[in-house]
Amino acid sequence: MEMNKEYIESLLTKNLRLDNRKFSEYRNITIETGISPKSALGSARVKLGETEVIAGIKMDAGTPYPDTPDDGAMMVNAELIPLASPKFESGAPGVDAIEMSRVVDRAIRESKAIDTKKLCIKKGEKVWLVFIDIYPINDAGNLFDAAYLAAISALKDTKMLKYDAKEDKVIYEKTTKSLPLLNLPIECTVVKINNAFLVDPSYEEEEAMDARLTVAVLEDNSICAMQKGGDQPLTAEETLKMIDIAIEKSKELRKKL
Amino acid sequence: MKYTKRLDGRKFEEARPIEAKVGVVKRADGSAMFRTGKTIAIAAVYGPRELHPSHLRNSEKGILRCNYNMMAFSTAQERVRPGPSRRSKEINLVMEKALLPVLDLSEFPNTVIDVFVELPQTDAGTRCAGINAAALALADAGLAMKDIISSISVGKVGDKIVADLSKEEEDFEGGATDIPVAIMPRTNKLTLLQLDGNVSKDELKEALEMAKKSCQEIYKIQVKALKEKYGA
Repeated sequence: MEMNKEYIESLLTKNLRLDNRKFSEYRNITIETGISPKSALGSARVKLGETEVIAGIKMDAGTPYPDTPDDGAMMVNAELIPLASPKFESGAPGVDAIEMSRVVDRAIRESKAIDTKKLCIKKGEKVWLVFIDIYPINDAGNLFDAAYLAAISALKDTKMLKYDAKEDKVIYEKTTKSLPLLNLPIECTVVKINNAFLVDPSYEEEEAMDARLTVAVLEDNSICAMQKGGDQPLTAEETLKMIDIAIEKSKELRKKL
Repeated sequence: MKYTKRLDGRKFEEARPIEAKVGVVKRADGSAMFRTGKTIAIAAVYGPRELHPSHLRNSEKGILRCNYNMMAFSTAQERVRPGPSRRSKEINLVMEKALLPVLDLSEFPNTVIDVFVELPQTDAGTRCAGINAAALALADAGLAMKDIISSISVGKVGDKIVADLSKEEEDFEGGATDIPVAIMPRTNKLTLLQLDGNVSKDELKEALEMAKKSCQEIYKIQVKALKEKYGA
């Protein structure tokens, strides 16, 4: 049964949520890495309550972009597969899946969390490409945060492939070498329903939300990426309040990694 | 070429370790996970629900629609390009044909029952694992079923008939034949039968006997998984 917006709003005026959480409380978070060890180079499963997302890493060697001849490259792909929700449909990734993958991508890219200089094989000719693929298994709300946690947990779990310089080809064999990672930001999504600000929305709450703000926070509390969503506008005060909440919660999420 | 000992040390008729679990996707109407060795299939069922586009509707009965997908990071080799392929489309079709004989969809005219099968990790036998998971998910969705469907790939590696080929065996340099089979365990009737390779009629007969036996074992595991969720 879909909960209606009025009911959720009436609860919020009494400081209540459908599942009795505090406004700033995440559901139970579990992170498991190495879930697809025989195929992916790194992988992770993240659960936020009943929401479940998995991510896996593949690498390949390819040509660098002309403007960054000695930098490896990274690609994020998310598919809202119809296995995970009655609302998702088959076919090429829709705009929601594209937004989700780009929000994950931007936090990792803008923070320069992957040390791309160390992914150079031969300047101007060959660099490592890192593919991050994200799939929801069950959408019970807040896929963004779950997807992001899964992506970075999978990156941390990643072991590089071998490269045969003589033969000039990739050998599909994991080494013991980890992916070169620097400071990883944490993404936290805050939603606004009426005058209430909530973290980790359930899917009923997402249906009822007016606005959403996803903030990528670095360890020094600086912000490296943001994305507003939802149909309603936010005032600057509201935005700053949501950022404060995100910064506060990012500390808690960081401990889970 | 002689195949004297299986690459992973199994007996020739021995399947890989199997695990089954019902109810793994909470938002789905029915769901299940089925693992054989390193191959993992997750299936979710949605429906009966409204069918789009409407020209596919059947006013006599509901239709079954399978959707098989290997995740991008699911093989030990290169990344799998996301999206449907000719191979996956054919697998959708044979999965539907494998599962339909146990379903009665005449109660649900104009609707669709969607079965989504996702594979996070693969090591051969994916369509069979997918069918086993899908059969459990259909049962979990509460659909009336005459029987379960149990599926396994049998075949020939070198000169030996074996059950549940691994990827390494499919790629055996001395040649391998892959025969994916699904049966209705109560009657042993076949609902899926494909073959890639080369076998004699006698070898095929032996392989099918082996498939029947293996499927009976899988059937027991499927029933156990359903009982774990629903009690005796």
